[in-house]
Amino acid sequence: MAKMKKSSTRIDMTAMCDVSFLLLTFFVLTSTAKTPEVHPVDLPASTKETKIPSDDILSITVGQENVYIGIAGKEDRKDILTRMGQEYQIEFTEAEKNAFAGLENFGADIREMKTLLAKSPSDRMQEEFHKGVPYKDSLNNQLSSWVRNARESSWQRKESFLKVAIKGDANEQFGTIKEIMNILQEQRQNRFYLVTGLRTDDF
Amino acid sequence: MAELNTGGGEGKKGGKKVRSKKQNTGVDLTAMVDLAFLLITFFMLTTSLSKPQSMDLTMPDKIKDPLKDKPQEAKESKTMTILIGKDRKLKYYMGMINDPFGGVGPTDSAYGKEGIRKVILQKMANLRAQGHEGKNGIVVLIKATEDATYTDMIDILDEMAITGVDVYALQDMIDEEKAVMQ
Repeated sequence: MAKMKKSSTRIDMTAMCDVSFLLLTFFVLTSTAKTPEVHPVDLPASTKETKIPSDDILSITVGQENVYIGIAGKEDRKDILTRMGQEYQIEFTEAEKNAFAGLENFGADIREMKTLLAKSPSDRMQEEFHKGVPYKDSLNNQLSSWVRNARESSWQRKESFLKVAIKGDANEQFGTIKEIMNILQEQRQNRFYLVTGLRTDDF
Repeated sequence: MAELNTGGGEGKKGGKKVRSKKQNTGVDLTAMVDLAFLLITFFMLTTSLSKPQSMDLTMPDKIKDPLKDKPQEAKESKTMTILIGKDRKLKYYMGMINDPFGGVGPTDSAYGKEGIRKVILQKMANLRAQGHEGKNGIVVLIKATEDATYTDMIDILDEMAITGVDVYALQDMIDEEKAVMQ
């Protein structure tokens, strides 16, 4: 009986280790860091699978009648903020521009941008500071200004056309989306990408 | 499974000495596997598995050049209007609202394959039989009320992609249509 105890009860883990590291490698390589969003929305589903380009894209997130803007590319963000500053007569310092370059998306009034950028990086993404970019008032249509400046920036610096993606919440009223589309169309930005999720149910 | 039962029952009979060859040389991988699974779990959860896709939508130019742009004319038999209303209400008609083609006014329909898709495919098949296909085929006008949801619009645009309608446009509703969708 004493000798029976000596027989090993351990399992060979080599294969398990191999498989798990293979999976690990797969997930590491396929994952893209998810950009934090100030206002996450539920996307409607569709069967179309057009991929969204990752460069020169301005995404407009629409949720609860508020609009949030995301600009791809750090250099683009800096340049666009400079242009916005010129339009609204706000002088942004280099430090503020760098802080803005780290902001993946935002929904703040340009006049409150300085206050927002003065906050610590962890506080900047808090939803209470992002009440939405003003767009309803035709005299203070900042959404329109952002889009125009972004388009000018990408055309003058890179000679490429800016692409606009609309990320609408599934339950958003069509009227709001139409308003956004009208703002874009007034500047002859007639082509947009409507961001959707993949439809899994049988439609 | 090399580590299991290094001293078997038969080995006992052969000799009492345990040969050095049978010594266990396996490394303990438990900790490594633990770590690997922990990382897998982390990456699985942080990866957004359903990457967002998008739908291309091109709208006509709003700023009209009266010399260049003439409204596109389409035959009544080819023009289908889909009206999207509140609470997933859906109606369609052919031709013009005041004088619908074939005398059939706005008809109720539903989303999905048993509803509007069947209707669109039927109309497309009819037109194909008359030799109208692709760009010369059906023209779908999509009109939504303000209180329809964004999902409704995406569902109909998706329907255009599924059925393969080449010519479709998003338009504003006229008053008669708004009255119908009340």
